[in-house]
Order: sequence, then structure tokens, then C-alpha cells
Amino acid sequence: MDAEREVLDVLARNAREDIDDIAAQTGLDAEAVAEAIAALEADNVVHGYQAVIDWDRVDEGKIRAVVEINVELDRETGYEEVADRIAKFPAVDALHLVSGDYDFAVEVLGETMQDVSRFISEQVAPMPEVTQTVTHYIMETYKDGGVRFEDGDDDDRLSVSP
Amino acid sequence: MRLSDRASDLPESGIRKFFELAEARDDVISLGVGEPDFSAPWAARTAAIDSLERGKTSYTSNRGMAALRERIAAHHERYNQSYDPAEEVLVTTGASEAVDLAFRALVDPGDTVAVHEPTYISYGPGIELAGGERLTVPTRAEDDFALTRSALEASGAAAADLLVLCYPNNPTGATMTDEEYAEVAAFCRENDLRVIADEIYAALTFGTNHASIATRPGMRERTVVVNGFSKAYAMTGLRLGYALGPSDAIDAMNRIHQYTMLSAPTTPQYAAIEALDRCDDEVTEMVNEYNRRRRLVVSRFNEMGLDTFEPGGAFYAFPDCGGDDEAFAEELLEAQGVAVVPGSVFGAGGEGHLRVSYATSMHELKEATDRIATFVENR
Repeated sequence: MDAEREVLDVLARNAREDIDDIAAQTGLDAEAVAEAIAALEADNVVHGYQAVIDWDRVDEGKIRAVVEINVELDRETGYEEVADRIAKFPAVDALHLVSGDYDFAVEVLGETMQDVSRFISEQVAPMPEVTQTVTHYIMETYKDGGVRFEDGDDDDRLSVSP
Repeated sequence: MRLSDRASDLPESGIRKFFELAEARDDVISLGVGEPDFSAPWAARTAAIDSLERGKTSYTSNRGMAALRERIAAHHERYNQSYDPAEEVLVTTGASEAVDLAFRALVDPGDTVAVHEPTYISYGPGIELAGGERLTVPTRAEDDFALTRSALEASGAAAADLLVLCYPNNPTGATMTDEEYAEVAAFCRENDLRVIADEIYAALTFGTNHASIATRPGMRERTVVVNGFSKAYAMTGLRLGYALGPSDAIDAMNRIHQYTMLSAPTTPQYAAIEALDRCDDEVTEMVNEYNRRRRLVVSRFNEMGLDTFEPGGAFYAFPDCGGDDEAFAEELLEAQGVAVVPGSVFGAGGEGHLRVSYATSMHELKEATDRIATFVENR
């Protein structure tokens, strides 16, 4: 495994790891880790660092929805142009072009369900290329960003064992 | 009630004392745990559940389900080990039963059994219960706790009848290479030693494939290999192990097994088939995670001045604590609430060391090693 891949594996688990701890876990020296991170950022492999948040545990937490969007393209407009316009909305947390029954899968964050509904009906649906939207509100999140949401307090192993 | 001398003379495990000390506090970060912090892969668990739902709760063949023995034999091809599932594989109730059966099948009263130390705590009592006498072969930090021919010669193992090997090793995490095995194998052949090779941690090696003494020339016919599902598949509580060896040894072990356990429990055998069929990815993921933790823990101990060689397998680091390991472990628990196991619990050669399990989360390992560093600084 090359150095950048090893560093990525660690960052994907915990982006707050400091350089020395990444070096210790990967067996690289600190300088090599710093170089790898700089290269990954410069090459747009690493686009940013975010916390994985269980919004349900936050007072006045966020409403999250997955929205399916179908579009109809013309000669002048491609997926890229449509994606560019949808991605510009701050409410859009993630945007993917997908295979299957619809074209885009969009993750939308809002303060309330009305917020999200209004955003879809007033901002997304009127776009000329959009032919259909289907909104799925997320009821509960069990895992996000590769992190399982649980108390983490269920280690029932004996404290000392052979 | 009058007890047998054998039972009366059995010493209590040194681990027990530290278990009780640690259990007496509720704020302990434990690095004393000898089992994975993962759960058994879900596919294996569902196979167990499904077998129960279908009412598959009868005895299996004494030797274990034929389908499982076939998969075990196929699985061991990856270690260049080739065994006939019908005659040379025995499924047992944990690897511990396989070790016990091997002692009882291979040791006559008065036989000498050489055991390298430090090593897993059950071999000594197992030898004594089989009527044998234990001969200790120390392994040294300078050799990264590998067993050497010179250590065997110096301890008088040439006169022994049997040698017990445990690599990757609990408690040191040491592994042996094919080349290192070559000289041990030559010693065994020259002195007609049979071998019990406990390879329960075979799947948990870092950077190299597991090597087994049984694959050295002339060793297969004199070696019983023990393995199981506890460590690689995080199935400790399901208690399923197995032995591989020449048909006469496996047959003798099975004869004892059929009068004691009759057969290994049925439900875990279904789980084990699924584990071998479908859970390689989970094992790889666990190994990768152990590897990251191993590097972190070893480098942190070395930074705080506790010399630690780089273990090649299992999930233990074995730092040199520079003195009385038992006092160190007790004071560390008292002062910082971190539980580790003194190396001397695992026999000669372990003195002055600590067994530190890194089968716990990265977050806890960092917190625990921070506390240990504070303890070392203030000591």
C-alpha cells in the first residue's frame, strides 16, 4: 500500500488525527505524512475535513432528506450544467449522478421539514430541466460517513482475560 | 470434600489477581483483554441463528461436521498446510480443548514437555494434568522472543519428548519466520521431539504470511497444529477450535474427545462454515485496524522510554517496564486506572515486561498510553 493510501485510510476514520499519530499508525515519518496530505489536498483527493454528526442528538437538530431528481436534457444542457446549478444551493449537502430509475440523488439539510419542502418546490422543481422530484425524509440515522451511531458503551468483555 | 492431588496442586492463574483488581474499579481502561474488540462477523452470526431456527441442535460427528472439516482443510492451504479432512482434522470446543487433547494423547506420565516462555498460561497446567513434566525454554527480548536452537540446547530440551510452540505468541506478539523455524525443526528431528504448535493467531500477522513449523521438511508427521475461530473471527465465546495432524494423533485425540466432549457444539460449527466461506473481508479489515493500533502503541511506548520490539502478530505489545512488572502493573492501575498484565504471569522471560493488548479502540489506546506516559514520568 502506498503512503498516500495509508494516510487516507487513517484520515477517513478520523480526520482530526495529528501528523505524529498518523505517522505512528502508518509507519511513515511525520514529514512523509505531511507531504502525502499536502499532495492529496492539491490533487483534490481530499476536498475537506468534516465532523460526522448525529443531528438527532442536537437540540433543534437538522432535518435531512434524500431527494430523487429526474431531468430532461437538451442539446445545450448536460448533466454537468444541471449539477452545477443544484450544487450551488447551500441546502444541498451531497449530490450524486446515479444509475437507475432517476438521475440525481441529492442530500438536503434543513432546519425543518417545511424548509426542505419549500426548497424543493420553490428552488429545485421549477428548474426547466427538472421533470420530477421525490423526497424521502430521513427518519433515523444508524451509520453515516462510515461511522456507526451508537453509545459505544457496550464492551462486555472481562477487563482482564487470558 | 477431599480433592485429588492434581486439582489441589494446580496454581491459580496469575491473571486472576489482576482481573479482580481491575474489576474492583469502575474507571479502568483495560489493556488486559486477550480477545478481539470486534464482534463475530454478521454472516457467521446469522448462520448460527439460522441453524437454531431450523432446529439443528443434534450432536454432530465426533470429529466435527464433515462440511466444516473440508473447509478447514481448504482454508489451511493458504499456509501451505495440507490435511485430509476425513482423517487429519478434529473440531474441538475451543483451541484450548485441542491443546488439552494433544497433551493427553501425546504425553505419558513422566514425559518431559519443553515450553518456550513467556507464553500462554494454560500449557503448564495442561502438561501437569496429563502427567508430564514441564521444561522451560526461555526466549529473550534480544531475539525478539523467537525460539532459537541455542535456547533449546541450553535448557536441555534435547532430552524432552515434546515441544510446545505458540507463534504468533501470546503474550509477546512475536512471530517466527520459516528460516527461524528451520533450525528449531532440525533440532526436533535430530532429537526426536514431537511438536504441538498452537497457531490460534495465524490469521493475525502483519506484513507477512503466517509460517508454520509443520511445513518444514520432516515436521508434518511429528506435529499437531492447533487453531480455532476465537481470534481471527472474534468468536471467543462460541468456543470452537480444531486440530490438524497425522491421522494416528488425530485419531487418539478423537478417542479422548468422544468420551469427554463427544462433539464440539453444533451451533458454532454452522457459524464457522459461514466464517470460512464468506468472512475473509472482515478478517482483513480487522487485521488492518490491529496493524494501525500496533504501530501507534509500539511507537508510543518507545517514545516514553519503555523499549518495545515490533510484534509481528496477534494483538499484544510487550514493553520492557525496566523493573518489577507486577509492582508496575499494580501501581499503574492504582494511579492511572489502566489495566495491563505483568509479563511474569506468562512465565520465565516475561519478567520486567507488560502484556498490553491493543484489541481496544484507537481512542482508548491513546487515552491509556497518555496515562501510562504520565505514570512513567512521575514514577
